[in-house]
Amino acid sequence: MGSSANRRSGNSRRAQYTTFFSYVAGGAGAAVGAVLLIVSLFQPGAFAWLRGAGNDVVAPVSRAAAGSKAEGKNLFEAIGGYIAAGSKNARLRHDLEAAHVRLIEADAVAEENRRLKALLGIADRSTKPVAAARLVGSSATSTRRFATLDAGSADGVAVGMPVRSQLGVVGRVLEVSRATSRVLLITDTESVVPVRRAKDGIPAFAQGRGDGALQLRLISLGINPLKRGDVFVTSGSGGLYHPNVAIAVVSKVTSDGAIAHVLSDPAATDYVVVDQAWSAGIVPPAPAATGPAPKR
Amino acid sequence: MIPARLPRRSGGFASRRINRAPSPLLVRAVPWLTVMLASLLPAWPYIATAPLLPPLGFLVLIGWQQIRPGLLPIWAGLPLGVFDDIYSGQPFGSAVLLWSLAMIALDVLEARFPWRNFLLDWVAAAALIVIYILATMLFAGANVPLMAIAPQLLLAVFLYPLVGRAVALFDRFRLLPLARVR
Repeated sequence: MGSSANRRSGNSRRAQYTTFFSYVAGGAGAAVGAVLLIVSLFQPGAFAWLRGAGNDVVAPVSRAAAGSKAEGKNLFEAIGGYIAAGSKNARLRHDLEAAHVRLIEADAVAEENRRLKALLGIADRSTKPVAAARLVGSSATSTRRFATLDAGSADGVAVGMPVRSQLGVVGRVLEVSRATSRVLLITDTESVVPVRRAKDGIPAFAQGRGDGALQLRLISLGINPLKRGDVFVTSGSGGLYHPNVAIAVVSKVTSDGAIAHVLSDPAATDYVVVDQAWSAGIVPPAPAATGPAPKR
Repeated sequence: MIPARLPRRSGGFASRRINRAPSPLLVRAVPWLTVMLASLLPAWPYIATAPLLPPLGFLVLIGWQQIRPGLLPIWAGLPLGVFDDIYSGQPFGSAVLLWSLAMIALDVLEARFPWRNFLLDWVAAAALIVIYILATMLFAGANVPLMAIAPQLLLAVFLYPLVGRAVALFDRFRLLPLARVR
């Protein structure tokens, strides 16, 4: 396409100034961007209020979009189903085995729980969930993994609360505004969850890889005991995530740990539940030796 | 011989164009609104576990700048980038910086190659898109395996011509003669 007629400023002083100042303004915009970027890199929460306000403003539209998501998901699944039928079948069989393992483990854990509680004389103080809401948006274009939750401080949600679906851990609340909050998904590269193998309690950290899988890092070095199909649950150390919530199944063993796929795919979950932080009111904050608290 | 009744052309769009001009509101607002809408859109279709959807706001911005050079001012990267940063999940300021630089780059390109064909436009846009996605990855500080963003890169580059067509459609909508000239 040819340039517009007023492109050449010619002898008009006014046109020359306009061109000049538009470039200055463009450069100034870039400089402002650089400053904002540096500020937010050193202080990630600096603009949380702006993001919160922005998400609150578009919340009604997000909600409507989430309402129509059921159909959209079916479309995606229908297309994906044809492509991935074979691998899906294999994975389902695999997940069935995993579920079987979990069932046995759950029995064991319940038995252990009964014993330990009798030992400690603690009454069963199960915490009530803070809120149940939909995930209405996500950062689909970024390499960071955030989701927007359709519940905010007005519903009692606070920063640091863990979020789970009926299938397992989803993430934790990072920023809260009045009607919405921002969830750091466990697949984000900055998310670290203390976990343990369900059958024998080998401790590890599950860090997000940013591509939908988790990297499991064993705490004790030595021969890697992990195998494909091992189920990992949260260990509860760090005092944030509730213990014994299923999180991932090992899909590929690496030299220093394993790559695991997440059990609760947030794309497939409709509603999620926000819980109290595990340490709030049940146990005192775990000492640092049991594992660092998940960093942001 | 004059027929009793002249055949009337009713409802034809051409007949409604006489004495009409584009609405000044649409002429000004459509480019800004379409870029903002495109910034919002990728958040909604599904809860992403990997970066897959193209940075649609950036694509539409490039589209406007290539189809109507000079329609958006060079400093448009600042306000539009702020809006994109609110919803993109990137560290705040990432889009402000990159969009401002992209606007300047596109303007320089426009001055250097006033007559371009489709291929040159696409190559320039593809280069900007690839640089943009790699830079956002760098700013996000996430050491994601490169294979994880390959689908997004391909999708964004190959979706761009389609975005260009959409922008052309919005441009025709922008210039619809809707306001009556007085």
